[in-house]
Amino acid sequence: MLERTWPAEGATRVPYWVYQDEDLYREEQSKIWRGDTWNYLCLEAELPGPKSFVTTFVGDMPVVVTRDAEGKLNAWENRCAHRGALVCMQPRGTAERFSCIYHNWTYDHAGNLTNVAFRNGIGGKGGMPADADPESQSPKQLKVSSLNGVVFGTLSKSVPDLETYVGPEVLPRLKRVLKKPLKVLGAYTQVLPNNWKLYMDNTKDTYHASLLHLFFTRFRINRLTQGGGVFVSKDGAHHCTYTEMIESKDDHYEKEGVRSAGNQAFVLEKPEVLQQVDEFGDRVSIQILTLFPGFVLHQIRNSLAARQVVPKGVDRTELHWTLFGFADDDEEMTRRRLLQANLVGPAGFISMEDGAATGFVQRGVAGSPERASVIEMGGANVGSGDSRLTETAVRGLWKTWRRYMNV
Amino acid sequence: MTDLELQLAVERLHAQYAHALDADKLEEWPGFFTENGRYRVATAENEERGLPLAVLYAEGRGMMRDRIQSLRHANIYEPQRYRHLISSILVERVSNGEVRSSANFLVIRIMQDGATMVFASGRYLDRIVLPEMKYHERVVICDSRRFDTLLAIPL
Repeated sequence: MLERTWPAEGATRVPYWVYQDEDLYREEQSKIWRGDTWNYLCLEAELPGPKSFVTTFVGDMPVVVTRDAEGKLNAWENRCAHRGALVCMQPRGTAERFSCIYHNWTYDHAGNLTNVAFRNGIGGKGGMPADADPESQSPKQLKVSSLNGVVFGTLSKSVPDLETYVGPEVLPRLKRVLKKPLKVLGAYTQVLPNNWKLYMDNTKDTYHASLLHLFFTRFRINRLTQGGGVFVSKDGAHHCTYTEMIESKDDHYEKEGVRSAGNQAFVLEKPEVLQQVDEFGDRVSIQILTLFPGFVLHQIRNSLAARQVVPKGVDRTELHWTLFGFADDDEEMTRRRLLQANLVGPAGFISMEDGAATGFVQRGVAGSPERASVIEMGGANVGSGDSRLTETAVRGLWKTWRRYMNV
Repeated sequence: MTDLELQLAVERLHAQYAHALDADKLEEWPGFFTENGRYRVATAENEERGLPLAVLYAEGRGMMRDRIQSLRHANIYEPQRYRHLISSILVERVSNGEVRSSANFLVIRIMQDGATMVFASGRYLDRIVLPEMKYHERVVICDSRRFDTLLAIPL
């Protein structure tokens, strides 16, 4: 195990062992993912009717989410009480009941064990004794809460309700996007060569966007000189940043000589990929929102998506993207969203680089677990503000992580 | 053109396309398409679910040139190359002016440090116009929904 000493500077430093320690990764599973947190599971639109299901993850733990015959949402661990095999192997579908293929133990939509094959034996022979208690090893059942069509689950008995968990700073920004029934446009997975926290940290980092993502800056989509701001929940766990639509004519980037400004005039031949309809009526062009531990909701122009962070080991993370629109979108709006999908995902003009940058950190720090990131833009505070030239939301992540992990 | 000549012409088009991408001649890529040609990288899963989302989508050469310009001058990614292997090419003449083709592909990605992986496999579903021999539509259906790190160079 690595030496787990937090640098004396406190909130403005993050030591690199947090991205490397295998024991810590396992501890995170119980203290964070299976602890007092609400975790994104899926969209309600993926469970269209009674008896439908999808499979998902909470950290390492495989989970089945169902809508039962009465329409109620349930989520339970995808693990058979008998020998621990996956109960549900399909990614989605409808089912009358769920039977483990191994020995045909059967579960209802709530994850209750309803039948043990040949429990009472055959012809008075075999079977389980009367006092056997296979139910004692039943799959864990999660508490489920849906917020405007987005389904979250928790194993915690003590976490506050979902809206309280999100808090008044970020909740209105979540509801702003989730204003109508959703329609799924498609999904894919981006595999990131880095620790899951590097991705969350990147998403909360309002300082990097216009410096790493040249597409933003060169085509003047997102510059720190444009109007915008950042909201951070009181405990630091969740955040939301936004940028206003007004085009920036400034030359701050050029004067600062940053790489992203470049020295050539770039014009898109086909700017349709950027043409936004102000569908939320507030002239916000980009809003990135995160909920601890692993949920991201984005609005980039008219591209909308839920991103689920699924850790797959200390240096590997899967990002499950689900792009959506609204159920009442017309053909033109759907076409616009599909074109603007070019901005995001593994081939996204913007998003492709996040995997590269965070992977570079994972590789760069290999020999220096004892050294630390310098996260001092905007000082040492954690809070909301009208400048995005700050790392306040990143500090919020680490404040929260340390609280959960007792580090 | 006889059927045999047509088969060879389509195979040559696919081969030229693959060689251009693998040799980093990305500026030649839009020229394989008609002016309004469409290019779409989809996943088998989304196609089976009837969902329209593409991982990468371009309508016409202009959007393709924008993507190459962005790759060359805006996007940051680790230097990498592809090696395309294209096989099992089926060709079907729809009319005197249009051919459909279905072909399997395997794309191996080689990073600058030599790290090599199977990056993508799947099918090309093409509509090709004659006599120009250009793609009017190329749908790349990836077998997997997973993409490692990023998809910069077109498949």
